[in-house]
Amino acid sequence: MKEVAVIGAGMTRFGELWNKSIKDIFVEAALKAIKDAGVDHIDSMYVGSMSSGLFVGQEHLGAVMADYLGMNPIPATRVESACASGGVSFRQAYFEVASGQSEIVLAGGVEKMTDGADVTDALATAADQEYEVYQGITFPGLYAMITNAHMHQYKTKREQLAAVAVKNHRNGSKNPNAQFRSEITIDQVLRSSLVADPLRLLDCSPVSDGGAAVILCSMEIAKKFTDTPIRVSGSVQTSDTIALHSRSSLTTLKAVSTAAEKIYKMTNLKPQDIDFAEVHDCFSIAEIVVSEDLGFFDKGRGGSAVEEGSTSLETGKIPINTSGGLKSKGHPVGATGIAQIIELYEQLQGKAGKRQVKNAHVGLAQNMGGSGASCVINILEAI
Amino acid sequence: MISPKYFREIPQRYRLEASRCKECGTIHFPPRLICNKCKSQEFETVKLSDSGKLATYTVIRVAPSKFSQETPYAIGIVELNDGVKLTAQIVETDLDKLQIGQNVKLVFRRIQDDGKAGIHCYGYKAVVS
Repeated sequence: MKEVAVIGAGMTRFGELWNKSIKDIFVEAALKAIKDAGVDHIDSMYVGSMSSGLFVGQEHLGAVMADYLGMNPIPATRVESACASGGVSFRQAYFEVASGQSEIVLAGGVEKMTDGADVTDALATAADQEYEVYQGITFPGLYAMITNAHMHQYKTKREQLAAVAVKNHRNGSKNPNAQFRSEITIDQVLRSSLVADPLRLLDCSPVSDGGAAVILCSMEIAKKFTDTPIRVSGSVQTSDTIALHSRSSLTTLKAVSTAAEKIYKMTNLKPQDIDFAEVHDCFSIAEIVVSEDLGFFDKGRGGSAVEEGSTSLETGKIPINTSGGLKSKGHPVGATGIAQIIELYEQLQGKAGKRQVKNAHVGLAQNMGGSGASCVINILEAI
Repeated sequence: MISPKYFREIPQRYRLEASRCKECGTIHFPPRLICNKCKSQEFETVKLSDSGKLATYTVIRVAPSKFSQETPYAIGIVELNDGVKLTAQIVETDLDKLQIGQNVKLVFRRIQDDGKAGIHCYGYKAVVS
């Protein structure tokens, strides 16, 4: 396997992009990434998207985007793993370069969620249709059930959940590509309307449009394009039962803890070696559970860790979601995993502006699908 | 919902039929073709216990389109006495009196409807026992 580098990145702003189609969004992000990398061609491309068919009625997304990006006849592959589609798209591109099959590959992701589809129904297709959704559950509902179990088992407090959203909005206010660039207070979270008890509106990531893309190539040729290539040190993907109720624990996401174990072994790194992380905070509880399952904090300590500032950009021993996370940056589902990689790339290059983490050498991105039925973790390092 | 899709699930939804692995004894609900514990493909049909405890729950305020007229409603994960867990609505109870660990029993109820001329869809919900 060849050593692989990220040499360029580009994304649209995330938000309600009423005047842009799914094609415009993807192509804008991809062109920015190609320009940033300074490459004159790409050999292959991947498009992560959860559900363009339900959201805008368009499938065959690989071919659509290769055409509109003006890249015919290169191979173009759509990748789907629900909300982890972007992270898995990156992993496929990584493999294609590592194998030597292609020299320069684009890994992208896109979602257009505001074109009129019933978003709650479309997102629910990432759960078990016959045995979860049939009964009337929603995605906020699934994570609300994890929340109640976590609060019951570990005495996690409602205010600690709110602290996740407050921190991520504070980070997002410094990100020009974020959907919400406004700070919020604990009180505002606690007074926002209930979606699925005890989760409130400001515990939930928003409905978003957006696209993101990065360019990968082998480390051998990366120096031709940049003085600061970012190395892909490891990539791991796991799966778990599709239904939340089929799992032995409702407070641990086994797909995440298993992926973490594997990637630390693969990279010879320990949780303490990670300088900062982007994690999948689709709901406030998800960041708490994931930060435990990644080994950053003991099980049950994720809530107090965020409350004490251990994950903040300013004071944290492990800043989490410096981009604003899904909560503030936005969550155009298929683009999210790539946008996490872009935050790692910018931080590791020292180009994150007001969000810059000091001494950022190793970054981890954790992206998951459904209630944790799929998970992908990628680790990037400055060299 | 087209009727074959609904029809296929009737043994599980109406009669709580599950499959017990003949090798390792794990009970699967819904039935599976291969055991995810021991990989055996030999099963016998068993009926699930209809009693258990509430493992977790929530109250849905923003519902999927099929349930939009029913909010707020409670839904939870029930751990039955035979160890199987499933997702079900919790009905006939005060929403603010729900508690993890409380005893519940599964009952046969209408779950959803398929539009004006469509079929009624039945299954299990939980009541506090």
